[in-house]
Amino acid sequence: MNTIILSAIFGVVMMFTGIFIHNRSVYKTVSAVALLVLLVFNIAESHGSAIFNIDTANFLHFDPFGLLFNSICIFSTLIYVMLSGRDLEKAGNNTAEVHALIFFVLCGIGIVTSYTNLLMLFIGIEILSIPLYILTGSDKKNLKGNEAALKYFLMGSFSTGILLMGIAMLYGSGGTFMVERVAKEGMLSYLSALGMVLIFIALSFKVSAAPFHFWTPDVYDGAPAVITSFMATVVKVAGFAAFIRLIEGRLGSMGSQSDRLIGIVIILTLAFGNLTAVFQQSVKRMLAYSSIAQAGFMLFALFAVNDAAKEGLLLYAAAYSLATIGIFSVLAKMDDMTLEGFNGFSKSQPLIAALLAIFLLSLAGIPLTGGFFAKYYMLASVVKTGKYLGLVIVGVLFAAVSAYYYFKVIQAMYFKEGNIVLAPVTNRFKYLLVFVAFLIVLLGVFPNSLLSFLYF
Amino acid sequence: MIPVLLIVIPLVTGLISFLIKEERSAKAFALLSSVATLAVSLISLFQNGTQNSFDASWLPMLGSRFSVSLDGMGKILTLLTAVSFPIIFASTYNNKYKSPNAFYGFMLLTQAGLMGVFCAMDLFLFYFFWELALIPAYFLCSKWGGEKRIPVTFKFFVYTFLGSLLMLVGILYVYYKTPDHSFAINSLRNLALTASEENFIFWLFFIAFAIKMPVFPFHTWQPDTYEQAPTAVTMVLSGIMVKMGVFAVIRWLLPMFPAASVRMADIVMILAVIGMIYASLIAIRQDDMKRLVAYSSIAHIGLMAATMFTGSSAGMQGVIFQMFAHGVNIIGLWIVIDVIEQQLGTRKFSQLGGLAQKAPVLAIMFVIMCFANIALPLTNSFVGEFLMFNSVFRHSVIIGAVACISIILAAVYTLWMVQKVFYGEVRNEENISLNVPVNTQIMLGILVAMVIIFGVYPQPMINLTSDTVTKIIAQTK
Repeated sequence: MNTIILSAIFGVVMMFTGIFIHNRSVYKTVSAVALLVLLVFNIAESHGSAIFNIDTANFLHFDPFGLLFNSICIFSTLIYVMLSGRDLEKAGNNTAEVHALIFFVLCGIGIVTSYTNLLMLFIGIEILSIPLYILTGSDKKNLKGNEAALKYFLMGSFSTGILLMGIAMLYGSGGTFMVERVAKEGMLSYLSALGMVLIFIALSFKVSAAPFHFWTPDVYDGAPAVITSFMATVVKVAGFAAFIRLIEGRLGSMGSQSDRLIGIVIILTLAFGNLTAVFQQSVKRMLAYSSIAQAGFMLFALFAVNDAAKEGLLLYAAAYSLATIGIFSVLAKMDDMTLEGFNGFSKSQPLIAALLAIFLLSLAGIPLTGGFFAKYYMLASVVKTGKYLGLVIVGVLFAAVSAYYYFKVIQAMYFKEGNIVLAPVTNRFKYLLVFVAFLIVLLGVFPNSLLSFLYF
Repeated sequence: MIPVLLIVIPLVTGLISFLIKEERSAKAFALLSSVATLAVSLISLFQNGTQNSFDASWLPMLGSRFSVSLDGMGKILTLLTAVSFPIIFASTYNNKYKSPNAFYGFMLLTQAGLMGVFCAMDLFLFYFFWELALIPAYFLCSKWGGEKRIPVTFKFFVYTFLGSLLMLVGILYVYYKTPDHSFAINSLRNLALTASEENFIFWLFFIAFAIKMPVFPFHTWQPDTYEQAPTAVTMVLSGIMVKMGVFAVIRWLLPMFPAASVRMADIVMILAVIGMIYASLIAIRQDDMKRLVAYSSIAHIGLMAATMFTGSSAGMQGVIFQMFAHGVNIIGLWIVIDVIEQQLGTRKFSQLGGLAQKAPVLAIMFVIMCFANIALPLTNSFVGEFLMFNSVFRHSVIIGAVACISIILAAVYTLWMVQKVFYGEVRNEENISLNVPVNTQIMLGILVAMVIIFGVYPQPMINLTSDTVTKIIAQTK
């Protein structure tokens, strides 16, 4: 509860800051401090001391999983704001509003990680999506950004419609919005099955799983790089938290049919994401496709739905978000976002190049980085179920494909000659980036350092 | 504590080495570190029991422990690693690298990974080190290699990475089949698998190991990579890293899937023998010394791969012995090739000839190394290859007979190389001047001594192998 209420309040605070303070560089600091407070209170709640005890009539249930997920999202956002705060100022005219919108998104995340009622899911998804439509188009003078925003809005509202339709059908067949009671009904009628599939489609759209991913590359490419960084990481993994809560409750009871459905979506997502990422020349666009591919891996958690899957999803959320935020924060400072733009990076910026290499290795899932354990848990969760070993093998084949395009960036940075154009970076930025890399390596050697929070 | 030291010394010194900017001190530091590791490894030979194993909690949630231990085979392979690195560093001491600190840093990290692979008694830890050895090798080849290094190294990387991922799936599968959900080698010896499961998982593991060795048809990355990599790295790759594959089969594959190993023995042996003949025939047609030695290495590894599946204890001992012998021999060959390349600027037979007149000492040492490569009596390879051919013959006369053709072919290409490069008419006379540096001569001398000592008196090392082999043979029966 702390997260939901405080983030809404902080959002309003940020808006007023925009009215009363006209010094742009202050917003970043205020926002970072507010995020820190938010993080502290969220952790406090996961240790049992909530400051707001509001009766939610069981519409929301705050369990360790959801709260830890919130912590990861808030922490990633904090890192994001600290790393990319200066680039956010360039993204639009009203920087304070951008920060306010980010807080509203976090409010939505707080709801979707802990809902027990389908209505709350709907509200959470809406609170999370609407600020994103605005953020995508925050650079008003950029034609591509406007196109992306409009496209995202149209597609997004369409998928929300489908979500609502699905919820209505489930209500019609079961007479309840509560996820767990809907689940106990079992697979009774065509109506409830259809409703479930519609919700599945809508959420697949939100996490950009194939074949509902077509908006992703355009939107990620069109939006300012800083905004893409936020959308592709924090928001996307929150979508998975919402997804796994639903599947855990409901779709799991559908047995082999839902297995097949999710299995097909996983293979399609991995194939689309990886195979198209291979051919990209622009690193930004490549990361957009790779985020689809990474979503494919996170979908394994939905397939397996067991302890290993939930732990894995948490690790994945942390490792993937941190690495991607790190890469985007550097990318936002570059003029030339193509692969050639990275040529000779290690010569002029050896430290940043080494850190980028760590982030890319983590995304590729190489041991000693958090990305490895994230993938490991995902694969383990499916192997643990004892069915569809073929799916795991398809997964690792595509993991090898993904190494191809991540390593192309490393090759460009280290083994090719060229001059890079990079906006000046402060020492603080470098130290922060080192800290992020350290966290990724820490997760890669002791994944328990994060997961042990789950069992306190 | 000894295995931990073997891993930690190169790991820590490797990381420190990145910070040493000055070329001469970076070299000296790396050499010093590798000598320290060698000293520890030599001590391990005379220790038994608790000194040679270490066990600590690492990932309690996963059921994986940091468990390292040295048995006979582990001692031999870590000794090979520990001996090779000082020799490699010393013999290539005069080579110039750009950003030497990173070069030596990555080399030492590779050593740490290799040591970990040879010591690990926990399958997950083993996988960890298996990958740790690969990543620095990738950077070494891509940054300091030859002209076509980037695509070639990438092929190498993708091949091995794909292999290890398949192995990872296998690891996960067997993990959930162990009675106590653990990665420890002792639990993995008691897997309850159905026959079809066992066959399937066997291939997941075997492909990963086969790519590393490499066994036909997974070998295509190897000659290109050996050719393009800087010679010091080629020595590591061919001398030690390919042994990872052979080692892993003996350490993990055979004990975990004893029944499947018997069932699949014929298929694997046929593949291995095809690879031996095929690689030997291609080696005859090469014009580049590095490529020739690369193909000859495929042929030799093929024999080891075939022997491992015969289920004979003498053969298995031969394999372990030969892993050491092959490492010594091939590093010797690379050192000579490196001297020739550094001084004359070419490795092509068509541009070389008559070097024996200019450098008689080098010629003698090279000839001895080549004899060892053909496994002539009194050289170390003779012992190993004799044991191996013997057991392959016992298993199947036809496979054995075909495999033996490779002995003849090995003599053809190896002696042909000696003749072309060191004898025959002198080419490009005007600029020929071959000064073999003293450090290289000493290192070659040490290797030659090892070839002859182990060729004449192999018994101590064979004795070392017996405990590992007895355990595995007992398992398969």
